[in-house]
Amino acid sequence: MDFSLTPEHEMVVRMVRDFAEKEVAPYIKEYDRAHKPFIRAIERMAELGILGICIPVRYGGQGMDYISLGLACEELERVDTFLRVVMSVHVGLNSLGLLQWGTEEQKRRFLVPQARGERWAAFGLTEPGAGSDVAALAATARREGDVYILNGEKMWISMASLAHNFLVFARTDPKAPPHQGITAFIVEREMKGVTTGDIHGKLGVRAGSTGWIAMNDVEVPVENRLGEEGEGFKIAMSSLDNGRYTIGAGATGLIRACLEASVKYAHERRTFGRPIAEHQLVQQMIARMRRDYEIGRLFYLRAGWLKNQGIRNTWQTSLAKWFATEASFAAASDAVQIHGAYGYSDEYDVERFLRNAKGACIYEGTSQIHELIQAQYVLGYRQDKPLRCELPAYDPEEWQQ
Amino acid sequence: MHIVVCTKQTPDSAAKLTVDAAGKVSWGDSPIVINPWDEYAVEEALLIKERVGGNAKVTVISMGPEAALEALKHAIAMGADEAIRIWDPAFEGSDTLATSYVLAKAIKKMGDVDLVLFGKSAIDSQTGQVPVEVAYRLGFSPLTYVIKIAELDPAGRSITVERLLEQGRQVVKAPLPAVVGTIKGINEPRYPSFMGIRKATRAQYPVWSAADIGADPAKVGAAGSGVRWTRIFPPPAREGKAEIIQAGTVEETVRILVDKLMAEKVI
Repeated sequence: MDFSLTPEHEMVVRMVRDFAEKEVAPYIKEYDRAHKPFIRAIERMAELGILGICIPVRYGGQGMDYISLGLACEELERVDTFLRVVMSVHVGLNSLGLLQWGTEEQKRRFLVPQARGERWAAFGLTEPGAGSDVAALAATARREGDVYILNGEKMWISMASLAHNFLVFARTDPKAPPHQGITAFIVEREMKGVTTGDIHGKLGVRAGSTGWIAMNDVEVPVENRLGEEGEGFKIAMSSLDNGRYTIGAGATGLIRACLEASVKYAHERRTFGRPIAEHQLVQQMIARMRRDYEIGRLFYLRAGWLKNQGIRNTWQTSLAKWFATEASFAAASDAVQIHGAYGYSDEYDVERFLRNAKGACIYEGTSQIHELIQAQYVLGYRQDKPLRCELPAYDPEEWQQ
Repeated sequence: MHIVVCTKQTPDSAAKLTVDAAGKVSWGDSPIVINPWDEYAVEEALLIKERVGGNAKVTVISMGPEAALEALKHAIAMGADEAIRIWDPAFEGSDTLATSYVLAKAIKKMGDVDLVLFGKSAIDSQTGQVPVEVAYRLGFSPLTYVIKIAELDPAGRSITVERLLEQGRQVVKAPLPAVVGTIKGINEPRYPSFMGIRKATRAQYPVWSAADIGADPAKVGAAGSGVRWTRIFPPPAREGKAEIIQAGTVEETVRILVDKLMAEKVI
């Protein structure tokens, strides 16, 4: 067993950290306060190759491994959650879904420009009436010759108003059992009948874009169907295995941000004649942050290692996401507590950390859903079945070709 | 065109320096990084290479033990072509005089060097002496505090730079080969690319010893240094006092602030 990162991983960490600290950290409060999407930061992530970090070179990516994806997410969310959200939807949910399920032609057409950062990607699963209960999905796709006609509305979609390509799920067979009649489609912004908009009044991730997609008789060519008809549920679930991985890694970075801010403040702030770092109950909160950071990191790195090996990692990824998101919310709450009244104002970062932490306990499977997933695996009610297409194992040679 | 960039590994700028009772300086477990000023020199070399094209080559060198590899790897990841580490146990304890001797010997060994770039100074020792010493030893034009390379004419063997001085900008034209000390603001150093990172972790980093560069043992290390360390101690901690000015209006606050600054003879 080897717990060390490779020199390559360490250089990736430093590079992504430098970018986030230099180009995002100084401006993030301004964007967050204004509820303004920080588009320039996404453009820079595209230019630097971060949006294609773990996609093979022949598909326009940078050819790094899945652990590098996790490490990058940790560094990005340490500065702000919106950066990691971009990675979750663009890389985790969409691009890795294409890498896993796409035909060679689809990878050339859609994955290459996405990995190069020329076209941004989003994931359209959630609807006004269907979140964790995916089988309740109401959007429809009706086949007419060489096209499908899509109708319906998608809600709470990250990057909805910024993305160019959407991986959208719709019901193709209303008579089939709820999980079997769903099909995945690559919907392009330019298609007639696609409209998008932003959702306002969010608690957190205010420098990011979250919105809705409305599809009104959108004609989607058969070539844009990802996988087979009726395979959508499996595609959605395997994409979530990748999206949740990025969330687990990112939330671990958020815990680190809380820990670093708390340690700094605890040394500076004095009460009762000594730094608050010397008070035992402050130490307790800091010790818990350290514990949760280390656990979160072990969980997500193991999931990344399993992905590198090409081994299914649904429960390990779910565990990483469930644990780290809940722990990041607790860490952010304690970080505010340690900062006292100052933590309650946006003069410090920790109130933003607290607002940003909550969303991840809800999206891509609520904490309650993950708790059930864990129990079902342990009790034997749920087992992984082989998929027609698996996420390819990382091959350092092949990834460079 | 062959450009050599001299780099140094230093502790991260956020490192906390301590000096123990025996006078031993420590940076704790701070990560070792490329001297931040040197990133400007590497970037400038890469920009020149991109501009000149053809068979322009950027070689990065660093005199230092194994830890110096980090600086070299960073430069390769940014896009430099080759990196050479220059080290020999005999170099231990070199001051700027001995260091410049070693660097000049290594550059001379390369033979065909047109331009040698340096960062302003190293963030640990902050002397800024090495570039000029190297230029003197090699007989190259010494150009320090360079904020802009205005013109580079490899065929005409000349370089024109703008130096940022306290009095203003000074335009200097000098013959090649030259030593250029870059300063912050000359460019914005790029991040290492993912492809560069892969190259850096797989690259070979040759090590040149004292014998490889033909260095005279009497001129390197502590023996070849002019500086003698008599006592090493931490500077006394600075006493700071903060005062928050609170007045009814912004104008009033500014007036009080200006009065105080004038009383302290700050303005």
